Amino acid sequence: MIYLHHVLNHLRKDLRLEWRSRDSINGMLFFSLLIVVVFSLAFDPTGYPTTARQISGGVLWVAVLFASVTALNQSWTREQRNQVLDAQRMAPSPASALFLGKALANMVFVSVVELVLAPIFIVFFNLHPLGSTWLLALVVPLGTWALVLNGTFFAALGLRARNRELLLPLILFPIAIPALLAMIQSTTGILTGDDMLNPDLWIRMLTGYDIIFTIVCLLLFETVLHAE
Amino acid sequence: MQTAPHLSGSLQPAAELQSVSRIYGTFAALRNVSTTFAAGSCTVILGENGAGKSTLLRILAGLITPTRGTLTVLAGSPHQHRGRIAYMSHAPMLYDELTAMENLTYFASLHLDSTCPCVSSPEMALRAVGLDPHLTRTVGQYSQGMRQRASLARVLLTSPELLLLDEPFSNLDVLSAQHMVELLADFRTWPVAPLNGIPRARTIILTTHQAHLAESLADLTLTMRNGEIVARTPRTPEASL
Repeated sequence: MIYLHHVLNHLRKDLRLEWRSRDSINGMLFFSLLIVVVFSLAFDPTGYPTTARQISGGVLWVAVLFASVTALNQSWTREQRNQVLDAQRMAPSPASALFLGKALANMVFVSVVELVLAPIFIVFFNLHPLGSTWLLALVVPLGTWALVLNGTFFAALGLRARNRELLLPLILFPIAIPALLAMIQSTTGILTGDDMLNPDLWIRMLTGYDIIFTIVCLLLFETVLHAE
Repeated sequence: MQTAPHLSGSLQPAAELQSVSRIYGTFAALRNVSTTFAAGSCTVILGENGAGKSTLLRILAGLITPTRGTLTVLAGSPHQHRGRIAYMSHAPMLYDELTAMENLTYFASLHLDSTCPCVSSPEMALRAVGLDPHLTRTVGQYSQGMRQRASLARVLLTSPELLLLDEPFSNLDVLSAQHMVELLADFRTWPVAPLNGIPRARTIILTTHQAHLAESLADLTLTMRNGEIVARTPRTPEASL
């Protein structure tokens, strides 16, 4: 119960910091919108609705992935400013609670961006899902969690590196490939209604990925936080 | 008003370093330092920039590990006693976007399940350092002196057994610095309950360039140069008077 209290304290603090600065959400929002607009111009989705359905899953998740990297890099920069991270390292609260609070805060930020992005994406790509739309309610949070969890962890890992802005995508993208594949395939399956793509299987795989990486990140975070 | 020093003989040392070195590449920030900080004492560390004062404090805080040597803090490693050690650095270690009260409330919450039931109220800590707890300005809008005082409130808030202060008087005007000295002298008299039947006392280790300010506090003055302790000056009877 005390652990949960610590997680909520960190989450509340991060939400308050973002509310005051709006650094992460504004950057992510403009970046993801730009990606969607550029892709819609490149592929002319209104002229080819079938093609639009086939590529939209990939475009959506690539937009979210690229945009979230900008926010994930910033989430730890706040802790480094004024050496607040040292105060965190000396606090008796569990390090994993700090990580979980920050990952949840990032999840909220990316989800807000997805909520704004979704209707614009539907309009630009002229989408009418042919499969079970309700499955998107599973794919989107599971996929977002996979991205923010690993992103938050690897952003912390690269904190002391000189080129940390470059380091995060270099580590995150290869690690996120299985999750990204599952997210894209299941989303495309839902949008096209193509049973061959088997969205259920991909969703199960994404769930497994999330469980494994959540446990690993929570176990390893203390080592990452205190690394010199 | 310094009651703690005479207790120090019956207590375990607050910190002990044996042949401690910290090396960065080819540069030795700390060379073979051996010293003991008695519990209940106040040690003032003097030295030029780059003498190794901050490195020594960061090692005691557990923020960096020694490359060589043995370190004991509160009869264990610094990591074992996180709630009992507080460290104030050059930077305020506070969030710029939050008010001082929000910052302190947040940091107090991190000590919830600490073995030390000694977290005081953020409001009291801010009043003690002469800041208005109801100030709506965020820390980012504070002057350097106010940030310094808010930072001191953050470390006093947890009522630590070992207080590590890295140049606490920098950026402060004479009156504020004097007030801080009085506050630190008072801090040493704050009662601290025995832990598992073992008596404890509050220890202060601070670095400064303004030796005259800390003179009245110091039981021991260490002078550092090039990562080594080059002089140890115990408190003289005249200074105690």
